[in-house]
Amino acid sequence: MLSRRHPQLNRHGELIHLLTIEGLPREVVHHILDTAGTFLSVNDRDVKKVPLLRGKSVFNLFFENSTRTRTTFEIAAKRLSADVINLDIARSSTAKGESLLDTIANLSAMHADMFVVRHGESGAPFLIAQHCAPHVHVVNAGDGRHAHPTQGLLDMYTIRHYKKDFTGLTVAVVGDIVHSRVARSDIHALSILGVPEIRAVGPKTLVPGDLREMGVRVCHDMAEGIRDADVVIMLRLQNERMSGAMLPSAGEFFKSYGLTPQKLELARPDCIVMHPGPINRGVEIDSAVADGAHSVILPQVTFGIAVRMAVMSIIAGNEA
Amino acid sequence: MTTILLDAEALYAELRSGVRALLDPETALVGIWSGGAWLAERLHRDLGRSGRPGVISSRLHRDDFGSRGLAGGADATSLPFDVEGRPVLLIDDVLYTGRTVRAVLNELFDYGRPASVALAVLVDRGGRELPIAPAFAAARVSLPPSQRLALAKEGERFTFSIEDDA
Repeated sequence: MLSRRHPQLNRHGELIHLLTIEGLPREVVHHILDTAGTFLSVNDRDVKKVPLLRGKSVFNLFFENSTRTRTTFEIAAKRLSADVINLDIARSSTAKGESLLDTIANLSAMHADMFVVRHGESGAPFLIAQHCAPHVHVVNAGDGRHAHPTQGLLDMYTIRHYKKDFTGLTVAVVGDIVHSRVARSDIHALSILGVPEIRAVGPKTLVPGDLREMGVRVCHDMAEGIRDADVVIMLRLQNERMSGAMLPSAGEFFKSYGLTPQKLELARPDCIVMHPGPINRGVEIDSAVADGAHSVILPQVTFGIAVRMAVMSIIAGNEA
Repeated sequence: MTTILLDAEALYAELRSGVRALLDPETALVGIWSGGAWLAERLHRDLGRSGRPGVISSRLHRDDFGSRGLAGGADATSLPFDVEGRPVLLIDDVLYTGRTVRAVLNELFDYGRPASVALAVLVDRGGRELPIAPAFAAARVSLPPSQRLALAKEGERFTFSIEDDA
């Protein structure tokens, strides 16, 4: 059973791990976003590196494959001067039957300072944070259907960059919400930052009604869902997570919920379109929208590195 | 307890005349965030210099990151000129241990190789822990380590306050 208190904050309320956005104080979220803004300018220098994590070892533990997320964490850690060790854990120790905590104990003996963890099971990063040595920090890079906090934070950075203020926004999250840890992290972050209208849009099989308890407006009709939205966050249709017949077909999904230029006209004229990637063109998003003037999908990737630098440098500087 | 003891405006006038001798036309003025940045901006205006002054932050090179972590605040370095081959005059409000200046030098060199770097400050309070010396200081004072000297800005006017560390 996970602690209901906040294992990611120390007794001074400072961030020591990043496990989930749920329950983070608003000022901690703003501190991360402000710090990310500082790191964005590191790209403008001759020397695109700062020494904050010099002499520290960051271990990327991806029990579930994700080349893109792993790469952005690796770039972020290297720009902070850390040594980065990538472990293709899905194909090594666990395949030989080693338990998660034994793997962690072994890697700790190799003097790890930080674990970046992606795991198919919800709660695995919590478990690691609760059992690792006090000087070791843990970043959740996606666990099961639970959370993907750095993606949520980079989405908030992107929204703040284009919209400046959260308190008057309508944000629609569209697609496969039931399987999406990104959606969950986004919804927690949006509500912490005071977004007054958060909508979850998609078919009944993919948008659970209990989201209403989180203060979210549930829309099963696409037109209702994106009308007058300032921000539209499209989610990837998670084919690999689909089990059973939750949808008639990908084509059918696109007809009802795929974002096309025609549907986008219902949103505000200055709306932005986001997507965590990788995008399925013609499944959840039309190419004309993905490559169009409202799309901020590629800036999201750039901001993601700065946000991950911010998270790693903040937690590494705080003691348990 | 807060006591106002140093006349910041009078010291600013001294700094303004003192830095004239340190500036030639291509010298870039760079203020150390935050107090030094206010000073650099006002010097830049009062001395009628062209372009914009730079702002530099010590935050990403501090040597106390391990014990204090990453400080809050949105201070970021902004150098609106090419550092390579440029003479640079750093401006700060208070020079104490020299550790901020050390960090700022590293930050500056991340942007290029300046021709030279000099430092001018409003107040040198002694207590150096590194071999760093200012080319100009408008005043030299001696304060016990328990006291903090801080520049404040009210509109266009500068004031100094001395605060006892909590």
